[in-house]
Amino acid sequence: MKPRQISVFVENRTGRVAEVTRILGEGGINIRAASLADTHDFGIVRLIVDRVDEALTLLRSKQFTALDTEVVAVEIADEPGSLAKVLAILDQDNVNVEYLYGFTERGAQKAILIFRFENTNQAVEALERNRIQILSGEELGRL
Amino acid sequence: MIWNEEMECMPVQERRALQFYRLRSAIRRAYERIPAYKKKFDAQGLEPDDIRQLEDLAKLPFTTKDDLRENYPFGMFAVPMEKIVRVHSSSGTTGKPVVVGYTREDIDLWSETMARTLCCAGGTQNDIIQIAYGYGLFTGGLGVHYGAEKLGATVVPISGGNTQRQVMIMQDFGVTLLACTPSYALFIAETAEEMGVDLKTLKLRAGVFGAEPWSGEMRVEIEKRLYCKAIDIYGLSEIIGPGVSSECEEQNGLHVFDDHFYPEIIDPATGNPLPPGEKGELVFTCMTKAAFPVIRFRTRDISRLIPDPCPCGRTHIRMERVTGRTDDMLIIRGVNVFPSQIETVLFQTQGVEPHYLIIVDKRGVMDELTIQVEVEEKIFSDEIRRLEELQQRIAKEIEATLGLSAKVQLVEPKTIERSMGKAKRVIDRRL
Repeated sequence: MKPRQISVFVENRTGRVAEVTRILGEGGINIRAASLADTHDFGIVRLIVDRVDEALTLLRSKQFTALDTEVVAVEIADEPGSLAKVLAILDQDNVNVEYLYGFTERGAQKAILIFRFENTNQAVEALERNRIQILSGEELGRL
Repeated sequence: MIWNEEMECMPVQERRALQFYRLRSAIRRAYERIPAYKKKFDAQGLEPDDIRQLEDLAKLPFTTKDDLRENYPFGMFAVPMEKIVRVHSSSGTTGKPVVVGYTREDIDLWSETMARTLCCAGGTQNDIIQIAYGYGLFTGGLGVHYGAEKLGATVVPISGGNTQRQVMIMQDFGVTLLACTPSYALFIAETAEEMGVDLKTLKLRAGVFGAEPWSGEMRVEIEKRLYCKAIDIYGLSEIIGPGVSSECEEQNGLHVFDDHFYPEIIDPATGNPLPPGEKGELVFTCMTKAAFPVIRFRTRDISRLIPDPCPCGRTHIRMERVTGRTDDMLIIRGVNVFPSQIETVLFQTQGVEPHYLIIVDKRGVMDELTIQVEVEEKIFSDEIRRLEELQQRIAKEIEATLGLSAKVQLVEPKTIERSMGKAKRVIDRRL
């Protein structure tokens, strides 16, 4: 099952992102990765968490607009050139990347990349064909 | 100077007799020549002869904008088309337009009341009048024009737009009187200031401003920046156009030309007439027009009548400056806007009706329209691009529908106040 990322709509005023993370923290939700995409007026907080459905319920109960989105999680070696290699593969197959963010896994000497693709299936097919390690939702949640 | 002393300074009792005579005549004309009125009166078992005193006017049914719309285009005309020498129309953005018609005599009547208006602002044949109201189907431009020509002043029929040229002409032609909306007056002032023109050196001494509500603060601002006296004028095309009432130089209430237009104030909820001095909805009856004699037209404007004598000598009853409406219509940058239009756009762009809030501000001289839309799950997307596209799509549709540009702000759910009854959809921070 593909990993599900949580997206939350926030206005561009102080305290909103803090409020989102406070709610999750109080609910015992563990955030594995976070990014904030912003425009002049609003932002979208994107989170990888350990318990997606609980997190969604919690946020919605506090009047936040939240969605879950299918993303692709890729595990690569934590060394120079490995991100470039993945992007080259995607480029070759004309796979369009909507956004991406990444973080390292200290113990395993690996890095995780979270991708949002325009066409997820096309991307997964290209990555698998090139033997890039793809993580399932469970694996991502267990990190 | 008073344009028509005989009429404008007539003793009130004498005018009442004149009003009664003219009213009876108008009611009879409407009943006999306009099927819609005959139908209305017959439905209530009323006849023109039932009006035996002025107060009996209250027995008659009202005319609403919808009644006029239903008779689009010429169904409410009381004369055959060959007698109509002019038509004007509303823009029709909120439904079928309302078309009004004038005979030659009606045009003369209009010129008369408009000449009175200009004299109320101190106008004489020595004035050079710049008319920056729109010329065309809108009654503003041509209405003031004919009045100004009757007055004998020099008319500069420039219409709206091309503001730098407006400033140049005001300067080069030695314009003494300006006619435009109050917002445009401030815009002219701003443009002149940007052009480095010293407005103090101009010959402008007065302006007649109307077609939208404007505050006391705005008057102070206009008078300060344009170095002129800012007179409030009032009118609506269903009654005649500009020239229904006007402030005199006392600037304390607008004299209604009540030898032609009979004013009433009613309770908007019940329709009952209110005594002079009480605030309510303005209703007018056209007593002397031939082509379009509307009876008890509900303006939806809120005002009150001031029966006290005015130091200027005119005995026409005064009405207070209009500060609000009974319906939820707004006038933004001169355009009529109903919140329901915004609702329709929101529904059409997403297929859902999210909670929204209309905020109207004044940024400098211009009205600014902001529409806050709550981002509910149905319209949310994980992609910034899609949300921005949504924002832009809504803004574009609003502009196409209203003819007005608006800022669209996406806000979090439940940030817009909920209410039990009619939701407070509008925050107007201008007045």
